[in-house]
Amino acid sequence: MTEQQSIPIQSPAACQTCPAHNAGNLLRLGVDMTEFDYVVALAGNPNTGKSTVFNALTGLRQHTGNWPGKTVQRAEGAFSFGGSKYKLVDLPGTYSLLSTSLDEEVARDFILFGQPDVTIIVVDATRLERNLNLALQVLEITDRAVICLNLIDEARRHGLTVDERRLARDLGVPVVPTAARSGEGLPDLLQAIDDVATGRFVCKPHRIRTQSRSISDAINRLAQQVEQQFPNLPNPRWVALRLLDGDQRIVEAVRKGELGDLTRPEMMEMA
Amino acid sequence: MATLALEPNGIKQDRVAALLDSAETLRWQIGQEFHEQLMEDIYTDAARIADRAVTRPDEKPRFDLDRTIDHIVTSRLWGFPLMILLFTVVFWITITGANYPSQFLSYILIDTIQPFLWNIANAIGLPWWLSGILIDGMYLATAWVVSVMLPPMAIFFPLFTLLEDFGYLPRVAFNLDNIFRKSGAHGKQSLSMMMGFGCNAAGVVATRVIDSPRERLVAIITNNFALCNGRWPTQILLATIFIGALFPVYLAGIVSALAVVAVAMLGIFLTFAVSWGLSRTVLKGEVSTFSLELPPYRPPRVLQTIYTSLIDRTLYVLWRAIVFAMPAGAVIWLIANVTIGGTSLAEYFITVLNPIGIIFGLNGIILLAYVVAIPANEIVIPTILMLTVLVYGGSGAGAGVMFELDSQLATRAILDAGGWTLLTAVCVMLFSLIHNPCSTTIYTTYKETGSRKWTAVAALLPLVMGFAVTFIVAQIWRLFSG
Repeated sequence: MTEQQSIPIQSPAACQTCPAHNAGNLLRLGVDMTEFDYVVALAGNPNTGKSTVFNALTGLRQHTGNWPGKTVQRAEGAFSFGGSKYKLVDLPGTYSLLSTSLDEEVARDFILFGQPDVTIIVVDATRLERNLNLALQVLEITDRAVICLNLIDEARRHGLTVDERRLARDLGVPVVPTAARSGEGLPDLLQAIDDVATGRFVCKPHRIRTQSRSISDAINRLAQQVEQQFPNLPNPRWVALRLLDGDQRIVEAVRKGELGDLTRPEMMEMA
Repeated sequence: MATLALEPNGIKQDRVAALLDSAETLRWQIGQEFHEQLMEDIYTDAARIADRAVTRPDEKPRFDLDRTIDHIVTSRLWGFPLMILLFTVVFWITITGANYPSQFLSYILIDTIQPFLWNIANAIGLPWWLSGILIDGMYLATAWVVSVMLPPMAIFFPLFTLLEDFGYLPRVAFNLDNIFRKSGAHGKQSLSMMMGFGCNAAGVVATRVIDSPRERLVAIITNNFALCNGRWPTQILLATIFIGALFPVYLAGIVSALAVVAVAMLGIFLTFAVSWGLSRTVLKGEVSTFSLELPPYRPPRVLQTIYTSLIDRTLYVLWRAIVFAMPAGAVIWLIANVTIGGTSLAEYFITVLNPIGIIFGLNGIILLAYVVAIPANEIVIPTILMLTVLVYGGSGAGAGVMFELDSQLATRAILDAGGWTLLTAVCVMLFSLIHNPCSTTIYTTYKETGSRKWTAVAALLPLVMGFAVTFIVAQIWRLFSG
């Protein structure tokens, strides 16, 4: 097993990539979102502390509350780290990206059409199984993601231990344990975001495995066709999944050629 | 890419159609169970991955504090009484705590600084009308807003935010969910209602968590019945000086708190009643189900909560009140001092509105104040006070603003001079709960619904209801009090 997959190091100047060194380089830019280099999206289940992570990184004080459904609008802010400027977009918390309520659509559309450079998936360490349902769906759409294993302090309080390396190997993306309320783990999170954004770390995200032979055949066949029609599309398999599910929004996107637009890099700023 | 772009549109469209066709064919082949199979696969994967990563403590299930608290606060028997008790305690602390800082602020702002400003104005020889608008109008309105509203807000908002941070609000939503469903509304409406207790405009935006357009409209229209930031101080003040004052000092605080809770409860009751009415008449339809996650209780970070609620809520609301109070102060001073034939404009308005107001247990000044205060509910009470002082307070135009407002008793004295009775106070409290939403909320409603019709309903329905309720209360009151 290669440990390099989950722990990004391997850079000439070891000091500069050390999280402890770079923590001091975080510049909270609040709402100043001019001339950013990367777009970062924050996704996750409701009430996992997305807004707390958002506030900790941007220095903004978007109201956080201990109840699900707090964020229904997209909130945006910015920070700068390691010489790059990042625009951070806080998406509404959702349990899945499959059904069609407004908040799920906002989150899904942004990850799909906004094409963030990195998607941070905030998961609740004390409710990992339920939270992974969403994480797996996000990993189908984008292959540039970081798992923020939040509320790790609460997990400890409940006597749970989460093996983040095991998790990182299984999911194929960096996993960073954090306690955003107290700021624990945020330097490592920033480093992981930077690594994925700059391409220093290349994700190999987990793909959902299906038990049914006929379904996996259908997915593969359709995914191939999608890929032929839209080469360079980052997620043909996911589009195939949605088409098979009869998702009208995606059918429309295919028909109108919006999906084709996704392959053009200049569309990345449509956020 | 280049080849794709160069292709004539027709060929591209054909390919897209072929792709969609084959998707449709495959869909039929794999049949109905696809969605469920996919969900099951996701769950299986998630369970497997989570199981490998998480190690649970091998002990027996311990005493679970969260669960025990949940059993009590969401119990059928104790849920509602506990909810009422908690909110009563919050208001009691607010009411008893706000008195002294209020006195102090009005001593500084009105008894000390205002005369000082007049001395300066006289010394540099400003024309009387200019210093009138600036000092007796804009400055006085602002000073009143600060001294009347700042102390209760600075106590109430941190307490409310602490409850929120602790995780209590979703339990309230859980308690209310059943009634919401029975009244034909979406259970998540309890969440948007909770937001409404902070700010109705925010509450209207929060209804986005509701998927069905029908249930969302119900939630938007009824959000106004959740007593907002701008109206809490009105309720707290009037309850203190009119209702609490009826009782001996040691009971006054708790009685005032109960009165405010009663008004808030009436608001919740009206939310249910109107939801019920709407979903059985103009907005008929099925109730959808949803899952509400009860978050774990978290020990609130007290200092940070106090800091952010002071900055985000208290100062935000106060700033909004001040921004609206300054021009309103100027308008009030003008209509109180511009005279036609020896009578001020305000007196004309009030004379016309007074007979109408009396029918509803209110008076002309109150109605005029509500018109002036459409931009922000926060300034209703200061407007009423200013109009009362300017119209009844003195002999000549521009005079009579030197009321001593160094305690809540003095506020009472002004209102008494304006002819207020207990009935007036009760009716103003009711009307403050039930009347048109502020202009920000109306605008937000329009943006969210995109419909003039529903915006009009959301604005006018509460107004009509407010007049109906105060009318009935006033008539019954007068019937019994002779």
